[in-house]
Amino acid sequence: MEIRVEKIRKEFDLYPALHDVSLDIKSGELIALLGPSGSGKTTLLRLIAGLEQPTQGRIFFGNEDASYKSVRERNVGFVFQHYALFRHMTVAENVAFGLTVRPKAQRPPKAEIRRRALELLDMVQLSGLEKRFPNQLSGGQRQRVALARAMAIEPKVLLLDEPFGALDAKVRKELRRWLREFHDRTGHTTVFVTHDQEEALELADRVVVMSQGKIEQVGSSDDVYDRPNSPFVFSFIGESANLPVTVEGGAVFFHGAPTGLSAQRDGAARLFFRPQDVSLADEGPGFTGPVTASRRLAGTRIAEVELGSSEEPCHVEIEVPLDAAASNGSVLSFRPTRWKLFY
Amino acid sequence: MISARSAARWHWKNPSVIPGFGLTLGFTLAYLTLIILIPLAALGWRSAALGWFDFFRLITDARTLGALKVSFSTALIAAVVNVVFGVITAWVLVRYDFPGRRIVDAIVDLPFAIPTAVAGIALTALYAPNGLIGSFLTPLGIKVAYTPLGIVIALIAIGLPFVVRTVQPVMQEISKEVEEAAASLGANRFQTIFRVILPGLVPAILTGFALALARGIGEYGSVIFIAGNIPFVSEIAPLLIVIRLEEFDYGSATAIATIMLIISFLMLLLINVIQAWSRRRFGYEQ
Repeated sequence: MEIRVEKIRKEFDLYPALHDVSLDIKSGELIALLGPSGSGKTTLLRLIAGLEQPTQGRIFFGNEDASYKSVRERNVGFVFQHYALFRHMTVAENVAFGLTVRPKAQRPPKAEIRRRALELLDMVQLSGLEKRFPNQLSGGQRQRVALARAMAIEPKVLLLDEPFGALDAKVRKELRRWLREFHDRTGHTTVFVTHDQEEALELADRVVVMSQGKIEQVGSSDDVYDRPNSPFVFSFIGESANLPVTVEGGAVFFHGAPTGLSAQRDGAARLFFRPQDVSLADEGPGFTGPVTASRRLAGTRIAEVELGSSEEPCHVEIEVPLDAAASNGSVLSFRPTRWKLFY
Repeated sequence: MISARSAARWHWKNPSVIPGFGLTLGFTLAYLTLIILIPLAALGWRSAALGWFDFFRLITDARTLGALKVSFSTALIAAVVNVVFGVITAWVLVRYDFPGRRIVDAIVDLPFAIPTAVAGIALTALYAPNGLIGSFLTPLGIKVAYTPLGIVIALIAIGLPFVVRTVQPVMQEISKEVEEAAASLGANRFQTIFRVILPGLVPAILTGFALALARGIGEYGSVIFIAGNIPFVSEIAPLLIVIRLEEFDYGSATAIATIMLIISFLMLLLINVIQAWSRRRFGYEQ
């Protein structure tokens, strides 16, 4: 099922949570909505689900305008961050709930409902736990029950709100891999919200980076990491450093000194680069400054270099080879190898 | 965690960083003994002095049986009514924000605060055949004041806060997500309320019911004004106890008190058992 979000605007008490957001989601895609808290990612997910109504704009499921359909009519599977399991029902009853509340004409017979519930529990690898109550399960198990419950209604779309947010790191990693396999097996159009960029980059076909109620960039993991299109995305995803520079006559200057970089457009700009995308330069133009801190990080060494004047120092972190002379106080000179200017 | 909890359940004392277990338990037992157990024991001792034959004769007296029937049936009906309207009231207070919500919230507690006799007199004035509400009911052939119906109304007024105040906090804890989950699975409003929300409230509702019932059985002040106190019709057992005391018939008074105590205790015990079962059934504890 394709989902098309068209110029959606959502206001809560006149405070806009989403500004005219548009997004196309292809059928069978696994999409991550990534952003800091307050970026509107959960609001967007809830709008797609029908748990919120848009102030303006439309949402299409396939060719059908679903904007004003209620969550009941949309047939979406929604998984909540805190599972939202029904605590007075057993695991099997939880999973079967979506089938048992169907109108009589569409409700499968009891034995069939039970068979389907057990089949779904088997799919989420929880066979044998069907008689337990939710509070007798671990967090990871509860989340899988919630997923099985959402899948029971054979949804057109699967929506997950911070599905791993309440789990510890190890379980989170396991479930992440498991969800990817699950998605590949079932082929549902899946949208999940996360503030964990590692999760988004690892899991999703495409990542939607959001900030302050707007979509900053939509692209594959490679796109958003290697080709960020805004200062926000550059600094939000992965490690990065940025410096104020000026471009004059095609050359980039930092604090009046040539840097050896060249650009097309003149003017004041910010130079962004990642710590690993630098090479040490002994001679020629570059960025030069004393090392103020240096620490060993697994296979590399991170050096913090102070640049600019002593009145307004800029600190950047760069990766240096282990054998480089980068002790505190020594002077390093480097040039970014991959970088981007934002005017 | 679950197994640790159930294993620790029968320990004499749970290791705790808070000191004073011995002191507080000792205080609790001494306090309960002084305030509750000694008076009740005196009651038991007094009625034991009657001997089985006299005791049985006194409690099977037709007027006594009539009064017991009135007391327990009206308290039961009032508690059931309070469960329905108490849950609705709690729902309105928890789920909706409207102007004056805090005032309504405070009004719920009023029956706790006003002297019950005042409530009884006010209700009588309202529901008497020439009263504000009674005058509309009389042409319809409904008599409230001076009938068991009047007793039920008085007990409803007295018992309402018990249900509201026990259900309200539990209702507050039910997250909106649970309702949204039910809706996303295709449940309509009715199914969400009756299959998802209410079952989770059953233990709290039972507690409220038990409190309202117990209060209704023992209620005296508000009832005697509206009941009319007609023997066999609208005379409640607590009033009969007072009548017997005024006749210096202490044996009768203790016998009625004892049988009330026994019946109440058995009812509350039954409710507690159901409650414990439902808590387990609904997965609150293991």
